[in-house]
Amino acid sequence: MPERIIAAAAVSVIAFFTVFFLTPVLIRALEKRNLTVKDYNRKGGAMVPRPGGISIIVGIIAAELVVFGFFPRVEILAIMITTSLAFLVGLVDDIRVMGGWFKPLALAASAIPIILLGAYDFNLAFPLFGEVRIPLLYFGIIIFMITVTGNTVNSIDVLNGVSSGFMTIASFALTISLFLLQNYEIAIASLPLGFVALAFYKYHKFPSKIFPGDSGVLALGGMYGAIAIVGDVEIIAAVALLPAIFNSFLFLSSMKRITEHRELKSKPVNTEEDFRLKATPHKDAPVTLVRLIVAGEPLTEKQVGYVIFRLAIFSGILAIITAFMTGVVI
Amino acid sequence: MWILIIIGGGISVAILGPIQISGYGNLDGILSSGIKAIIAILMVVLWIFILSKIKNWIFQKELNP
Repeated sequence: MPERIIAAAAVSVIAFFTVFFLTPVLIRALEKRNLTVKDYNRKGGAMVPRPGGISIIVGIIAAELVVFGFFPRVEILAIMITTSLAFLVGLVDDIRVMGGWFKPLALAASAIPIILLGAYDFNLAFPLFGEVRIPLLYFGIIIFMITVTGNTVNSIDVLNGVSSGFMTIASFALTISLFLLQNYEIAIASLPLGFVALAFYKYHKFPSKIFPGDSGVLALGGMYGAIAIVGDVEIIAAVALLPAIFNSFLFLSSMKRITEHRELKSKPVNTEEDFRLKATPHKDAPVTLVRLIVAGEPLTEKQVGYVIFRLAIFSGILAIITAFMTGVVI
Repeated sequence: MWILIIIGGGISVAILGPIQISGYGNLDGILSSGIKAIIAILMVVLWIFILSKIKNWIFQKELNP
């Protein structure tokens, strides 16, 4: 037990402070190379450095290597490799704009290490009702999970601080759930995700000093999905991510196909003169979570972010309740 | 959505759990997995369909109070 406490403290500190100190260095390096994009929702249209995924992946790998040192398990290795591959997929998209189908297919390939390393369990645990053994289907779930979590986190990265703030809340809810289910080593392996997201949020929150880019959000989402699989908490992870899943669901059901944000003909929200966000009346614009939030009245970017965080806290609490229910069988 | 997940879980365990194929030798495992996979996919499609209908009902209710 003392070993676990020391490991938990060590990886949390390493994950947080690696990103905390590395990100300002990355900001300066990106600005020097003119790797910036315009923040259209901000007064004056500030140029913001991107992508911040490099500091995120360094923080994750540094911490996970320490976890592996304490607990040399294939699950930890699978988390590291899958997260790194998801990061690379995002980096390709950051450097060169790819079509709508590239990310889902490439993320599906990122899930292969989990299968090859055998870091999975064929049993799918449902709250209250127990487990179901689904050998053939579970391979599909592994690939589907990484693809979905990666793209879901990517789809919520629409405003300053939202993706990193949201992932901080969802990750810690997942960590608490893993501790409740007594899956201590995977719970410790999940700590870096929350602390990396928290440290990055300091620079990503409004007004953003850096954007994570696809490399950052896919690393966060890919790691989240990998933890869900190796930790055997697939349903709990899905519950914690519900607001983001709902956002993806709304987008897909209104657009009827996978579409890159850049390919949209009509925007879901507009920025008013006072820089508040307002829902557009266009019928062909996608329905999104942000569009729903500002449908009643225009809100500032910060206010919309706080609404999303409240939703994340609510779904995080539901995830923890689901964890309790998973321990109980009717 | 959370309630649908819980209910879906219960239905999954109740329907998928007991499925066992026998009498086909080495193919027993593959056949039962395949059938479970097909039923599970149909359940997911049904779940998305129900979610779409609920979403449309909520939106209609908001537009026509």
